[in-house]
Amino acid sequence: MTATANPTGTPKAKKLSMKARYGALTRDLDWAPGYVSEEEMYPHTSYEGIKIHDWSKWDDPFRLTVDAYYRYQAEKDKRLYSVLDGFAQSQGHLTLSEGKYLNAMKVFLGGVTPLEYAAHRHFAYLARQFNGPGPRFAALCQSIDEMRHAQTEIHTLSNYNKYYQGMHNFAQQHDRVWYLSVTKSYFDDALSAGPFEFLIAIGFSFEYLLTNLLFVPFMSAASFNGDLPTMTFGFSAQSDESRHMTLGLEAIKFILEQDEANVPIVQEWVDKWFWRGYRVTGIVSQMLDYQLPRPVMSWKEAFELYFEQQMLGGLFPDLALYGIKPPKHVDQAIWEKDHLSHWLHDTFYQFSHAANFTTTVPDTEHLDWLAQAYPDTFNQLYRGKWEEMGKLAEEGNRFFYPGLPQLCQVCQVPMVYCENGNPHKRAVYHSEYEGENYNLCSEGCKWIFDREPAKFRQAWLPVHQIYQGNCGGPTIPDVLEWYGFQEGDSGEYIGSVDHKNWIARHQMIEDKLGQGAGH
Amino acid sequence: MTAQETKFDRPVSIDLQENDENRSLVTAIQGDNADLLTSYTPGLVRLQAPARLEIKRESVEAQLGRPWETHEFQMAIVSLAGNISEWDEDKIVISWGPKVEDDEDEDY
Repeated sequence: MTATANPTGTPKAKKLSMKARYGALTRDLDWAPGYVSEEEMYPHTSYEGIKIHDWSKWDDPFRLTVDAYYRYQAEKDKRLYSVLDGFAQSQGHLTLSEGKYLNAMKVFLGGVTPLEYAAHRHFAYLARQFNGPGPRFAALCQSIDEMRHAQTEIHTLSNYNKYYQGMHNFAQQHDRVWYLSVTKSYFDDALSAGPFEFLIAIGFSFEYLLTNLLFVPFMSAASFNGDLPTMTFGFSAQSDESRHMTLGLEAIKFILEQDEANVPIVQEWVDKWFWRGYRVTGIVSQMLDYQLPRPVMSWKEAFELYFEQQMLGGLFPDLALYGIKPPKHVDQAIWEKDHLSHWLHDTFYQFSHAANFTTTVPDTEHLDWLAQAYPDTFNQLYRGKWEEMGKLAEEGNRFFYPGLPQLCQVCQVPMVYCENGNPHKRAVYHSEYEGENYNLCSEGCKWIFDREPAKFRQAWLPVHQIYQGNCGGPTIPDVLEWYGFQEGDSGEYIGSVDHKNWIARHQMIEDKLGQGAGH
Repeated sequence: MTAQETKFDRPVSIDLQENDENRSLVTAIQGDNADLLTSYTPGLVRLQAPARLEIKRESVEAQLGRPWETHEFQMAIVSLAGNISEWDEDKIVISWGPKVEDDEDEDY
């Protein structure tokens, strides 16, 4: 062949700009239906009352095309899997800060990973149902991302599952275990809403407002506690997350710009989903403050940085231009930042005989760290109880709560919260609907229940279900068997299977080192 | 460990993985943005700027010593606060405030 660069004689195509490529490879592939109406093709986008006049106004700042998407995702996976291999080959689990660190991962695997999978399914639904090609393509990418997150999280933690208890049955436990119903019911609430509400619930309120609180301090903590694989999957997932946050923000702005009548609808969703999501992130608060042998950042600090500063300080002034106010009940969340993790970990401690993780009283050094992180509340309100629990455990009377707690009908968290501003008064709210009484943990959850009582009356509350005889039997051992628990999954950490193994493995290493030194 | 207090009213920020490749990226961003605040938590480096932060391909390439396309930024980023108000082949801009209209043709 001759070296003619352009044998046909047609002018060589100029390389398209990023924006033009995005247009050509996403929006230009859309077509207007000829033999059905738009309403018939996209039947789910009208019943929520949201009015969209021009779907082409949806902007994707990432300008991502399929080829670029797969290229970068493949590279992310390649990097992650080489870390997983190296960590497994080098017996990396022995270099964790402590065996009990993995309790945080057990909560994560049962509580969060199944939500990634649920998100994958529902974003695939949005990728079919939205009228505009821009949001459809963004939802498609997010759907594939979420599948990747579920898979890489399971793959990452599967290495620990070879050596540690509590992770072997996470998928079934997500559907059954009392505290995991908090995360499951939250997502089920979103899945059973309309497509626009889901987008505000998960795309905006969760991904944009709250996900940093969930992931960033947590992955930094993994790094600090020697958990290289979790840090790597976390950062790998978060690199997609920045795209999801952008989708969430784009979504809310797009909906608000399309019609003024959308504003009050969106405001109610922001109010509802902030509070729903905030209640779920409470589980993270106790992970950050109590479940990390080497804590990295307190819940209070993370909340101030990632929520108060970045969201209330940064984002909401922008949304005010559209008439959106900061979420209802946010003042209570701000007040609770000094208390939340202490209430919730106290509950986890007392009920860990019925959970897929173990707990133990924090040592003095950890209590001192908490006192320093919570100068206004910890020594004053919460330290005494831990010292009392520690004394009981030393005397051989490790305390487990013998009954079952009252759950909130909306967030499904045991009703351990206090009245806004008063840490001495337990909050108990009630609503009546069609002659039945419902218990709620806060003004926020009561407001949500009263707005949609017909929805929330259907909640599958684990404690009620146990009492109704739907969970394996009438006694705690019956229920735990139905949860699929095995020896060592639950209870006190000190003296547990994981603890004994941790000591035995490290003694073995020391023995070997000792022998080596002798030669 | 404490998160660094911000001195800005409405900071925009990016959290990046702290690794070898991103050190060049961070140096480039520091060079292009006055008043940048840099802080570290394990595994992470956070860059905060008052209201606007810009990442320029040319500066990143100069630091890296190789071609760099702006899409590669997705490999580095862990989180952000702010709008992505521009993202093309030459730069990425993160800011608060109303949307900046693109100067390219709106054909799509």
